[in-house]
This record gives sequence, structure tokens and C-alpha cells, in this order.
Amino acid sequence: MNKKLLLAAAGMFTVAGLFAQKTTAKKAAPKGKEIYTQYCLSCHQPDGDGVPNLNPPLINTSYVLGDKTKLITWVLKGTTEKVEIDGQTYSNNMPPQNFLTDEQLASVLTYIRSNFGNKASAISAADVKAVRATVK
Amino acid sequence: MMKNIKMKSNWLFIALLAITTTYARAGKDSTATSAPAAEVKADANNAGLKLPAGFGALKVADSVNGARHIVVTEKGDIYVKTSGTKNGGGIFVLHVGDNGKLQSKEGFGNYGGTGIAIKNGYLYASSNTEVFRYKLDADGKVADPENPEKIITGLLDRHQHESKSIALDNDGNIYVNIGAYSNSCQEKDRTNGSMGMKPCPILDSAAGIWQFKADKPNQTYGDGARYATGLRNVVGLDWNTTTNSLFVMQHGRDGLHDLFGQYFDAKQSAELPAECMYQVKKGDNAGWPYIYYDQIQQKKILAPEYGGDGKKTGGEDAIDPVVAFPGHLAPNGLLFYTGNMFPAKYKNGAFIAFHGSWNRAPEPQKGYLVAFVPFKDGKPSGKWEIFADDFAGGPEFISPAKAKHRPCGLAQGPDGSLYISDDKGGSIYRIVYKGK
Ligand code: HEC
Repeated sequence: MNKKLLLAAAGMFTVAGLFAQKTTAKKAAPKGKEIYTQYCLSCHQPDGDGVPNLNPPLINTSYVLGDKTKLITWVLKGTTEKVEIDGQTYSNNMPPQNFLTDEQLASVLTYIRSNFGNKASAISAADVKAVRATVK
Repeated sequence: MMKNIKMKSNWLFIALLAITTTYARAGKDSTATSAPAAEVKADANNAGLKLPAGFGALKVADSVNGARHIVVTEKGDIYVKTSGTKNGGGIFVLHVGDNGKLQSKEGFGNYGGTGIAIKNGYLYASSNTEVFRYKLDADGKVADPENPEKIITGLLDRHQHESKSIALDNDGNIYVNIGAYSNSCQEKDRTNGSMGMKPCPILDSAAGIWQFKADKPNQTYGDGARYATGLRNVVGLDWNTTTNSLFVMQHGRDGLHDLFGQYFDAKQSAELPAECMYQVKKGDNAGWPYIYYDQIQQKKILAPEYGGDGKKTGGEDAIDPVVAFPGHLAPNGLLFYTGNMFPAKYKNGAFIAFHGSWNRAPEPQKGYLVAFVPFKDGKPSGKWEIFADDFAGGPEFISPAKAKHRPCGLAQGPDGSLYISDDKGGSIYRIVYKGK
């Protein structure tokens, strides 16, 4: 009896958890997609699969799925160096995206972390704000 | 009746194949000295390519990762320059059997790169900063793969447009492309609204073709001459023996909409500017970054980075293109066909390998094909047409990441076959004319 209750509770909890996750992703998605289309798509491509040797994919990369601070820093600063990404190098430059607001960056990063087959937690405007304060 | 005939010819084909295969096996030791047999058979499905009637294709090899430019020796061996060295070398020599298929493959050269050429008994190959040459023996083989002569050194590699393509003339000169490390010489590369640097400082050491001596070791900028300037990035180039001049294919700038959305919509940005073929003579300027060529208006247009709005013209002192193709198709290989195998229409005409676009997004991508332009007396004598298509593997694969194959380099074999390399799938194709 007790066990059954516990199971049921656990089940409900998971469902609630899933539901919560779904709603946050959904909330961020439309705006994130718009920003992605306008500012990232031409290089990283509609499905986030990139351009071999030129622009990296945004699918399951250590930057996209990894540490939030590292990801936010990267996108704010861009690069003109040839930086190795998961064992590959890419010839193109990535322009800094620091002209985007904290809100815009949070939604586009949440969008890439929850699309193209990626599953990673959302990024908030507060996260971006905190990192931006440390990036010169 | 029809069916019967077809069956018969199929059997004949199989029988022939069996004979040639046996012959190839038996003759393995002696093939090195015999010229390749004139009769190679196309693959049943033309290796997945779509070709004009009468042509056939076979896949010579499918495992040469990062195959950039290629050359074929008088004996039919294929030398392939690869972009990296991960698979045991940066140059591969492919020896093929009488059926045209790969028999053996050997790697050497510890540098990745793009350029490769044969001239006067030497194989030339480039890294992204240097050019080397190797003496060929009487069989057209590299005699000493470990000890090439370094001909050119110290060329600029700042990641973007870093490949150094090469071509040689008949007067002892070698031409090297040095691409611009920038899209449009903006103060901030690829940054929305950033204006162009005046004058563009890149032009001193890149964005042009440099000329060096083909036989002098250790040359660098000071030893060579800037032959032509205002070329953003050239990957495909060839010396035309009819005109005795250099022809190049420029990769045009991109991002007109992303960078100057007030003047260009996404559709215009996908179509413009033209990918241009230029005939370049010493001292010529093709106008990058100040202008670009608009193939719809058929005019040289002032770049938005330099005050343009998509309509104002410019570049009065810049040369006009010989052929203007749609935007962003990425011409990576150029070859003037001088062989005798193909019909007369193709003689002295230009084949262009279009790697395929990435910068037409969000519009559909284009390219992933080999085009042809007929030439007469050194000038185009007709419109460009698609020669070989379907490298990507179907409409749903027309994107840089999804494409199965991307044409890159072109070469002509001693029998007049056309060879095409593919740096995505590692395939080497051979196109033959079967007639009628
Ligand atoms: C002009 C082309 C361009 C644009 C526009 C662009 N990027 Fe990039 N991006 C690149 C290149 C090139 C690299 C890799 C640079 C290197 O490795 O040297 C990169 C790397 C990245 C990386 C880290 C590597 C990886 O694959 O995970 C992330 C994350 C990223 N970009 C996200 C974005 C986002 C988000 C946007 C839009 C807000 C964007 N980029 C816009 C070209 C671009």
C-alpha cells in the first residue's frame, strides 16, 4: 500500500517535472528561434548541423551542452582565432554577439540547448547578465 | 525482342568485365609500365551522377578523405592532395587497374593543403603556407617522397580562405592564390553594419594571385610579384594554353543581408554577388573588397561597406568577369579541357567544380555539381550548363553538412577522361565518353 502510494507520487512528480520542463522550453522557443534565424542560422544552418571545416555544428557539442558560463562567454566574445572544438577546427570567424540583450541571448541559448537533438537546461537572462559583467 | 537484346548485351558486359578483371589480376606486376587500357567501363548507375547522354562515370576510389585537388600522370596514376594528414599522409598516389578501379594507395607528405600540379617532370603540392616540389621518375612516380624541394615559404595563413591553390605556365612561373582573411574587409569581420577599411590593408599580402619562379627554392613575398589583386579568394584556377593566360574562379563575398539588411533582402543575398570567372593578366585588379559583380544588373556594384546601396556602381578600373555564375556556389576547381575523348563541343572549354553553397541560407542551397562553359578562340562561346550533377545524393541532401559528396578538384587523364575529387565523401570519379 505504502509502496504503491510512493510509486504513484513519484510518477506524478516526474510528470510534473516533465511538464514544467516542457513549458519553460516552449516559452523560450518562439523568441529563441526568431533570434537564431536572424543572427545564427546563416552560419550554423537551419538544422544546426553547420558547415564542415568552416562553421561548427551546434549538435551535442561540449560548448552547447556544457558549462553555461563557458557557452555565454563564447557567444558574447566570438572569435577570430582557430579554436579546436571537439577535435575539429573551423576556418570562419564568429563575430561577437554582444549586441544582443541579456533576454535575447538567454532565449537563443535556451533554444539551441533544447533543439537540434540537444537536451540541456535553460539559460536565464540573469545568467547572461552575470557573465557579461565579467567579460571585457 | 528488346528485352532479349538487352539481356544479351548485359551478358556481354559481364563477360567482358570478367575478362578485364582476370587480366588485371594476372598482369598486376606488369601494369606499372603499361599505359592504362583505353576501355574502362562506367559503373552501372554512373556512380550516382547525372550526366549528359553518351557520358558515363565510375568511382575510381571512395576512401581518400579530404580529397582536394588532383592530377593524373601520363601513366594514369592519380595524385591527390588531401586537406589533412590523419590517414597517413597529405598526398596520396592512387594506382588503378585496367578497369579503372583503385588497386593500391600510398600516402606521403606530412602537410595538409589543397594545391597540386605536374609540370616539366615535377609534382608540385602546397600546404596552407608553402609550396613543395618532387622530381618524377620516368614512370611519372615521385622518386623521393621524403625529400621535396621547398619552392615557396612564409605565405599568410590567417584561417579564413587559407588554401593555396597553384597553377603553372609554360615560361617557368608558378601562380599561387593567397586568399583574403576576411569576408569584405570590414573593420570588424562579419559584423552587422561595420564599414570597410580604407584602403583595405589585406591587399598588400593577400586577396590576390602571386607569381613565383617554378624552380627557385625558398622564395617568399619579396621574391615573387603580386600578379593580380582584388580577388577575395580563388580555389579553382588554370593556365589556358589557347590564350596563354591565367583564368581564375573567385569565391565572392557573402552576407549582404546579414550585414546590410537595409539594402538587401535574404533572397538578394542568396543570389548576389556572382561567382566570377576572370581572365587575369599581370597587374589586373578584380575589385574586391570595394565592389562586387551583380550578374542580374550585369554591373560592378559598390560594396555596402564602401557606401554602396546595391545600385551605385563602382570599380571603373576593375576588370569584368568572363563568366558570371549564381552566388555562393563555391567554385573549387577549374580545368580547360584539351583532351580528345569528349565530343568536339568540349574541346578547350572550361569545367568548373562547384563545391556547393552554405551562404544562401535561409534560401535553399545550390551547387554540388560540375558545370561546363564552351569556349572558342579563348572566349566563352555559349551559356554555362550543368555537366555532372547529383553529387549531394538527392534534393534532401543539398546542404553542406548533409551532402554525401562535394566536388572539389578536376584533372584530365592521358586518354581524355575527366577526373573529379570529392572532399566530403573521399570519392574520386572518372568521367568517360561512351559515344552516341
Ligand atoms: C559568421 C558566422 C557565424 C555566426 C553568424 C554565428 N556563429 Fe557561432 N561559430 C562560428 C564559427 C566559425 C565558430 C567556430 C570558431 C572556431 O572554432 O574558431 C562558432 C562557434 C560557435 C559555438 C561554439 C562551438 C560549438 O559548435 O558548439 C557556439 C555555441 C556558437 N557558435 C553559437 C552561435 C550562436 C548562438 C550564434 C547566434 C547568436 C552564432 N553562433 C552566430 C560562426 C558563426
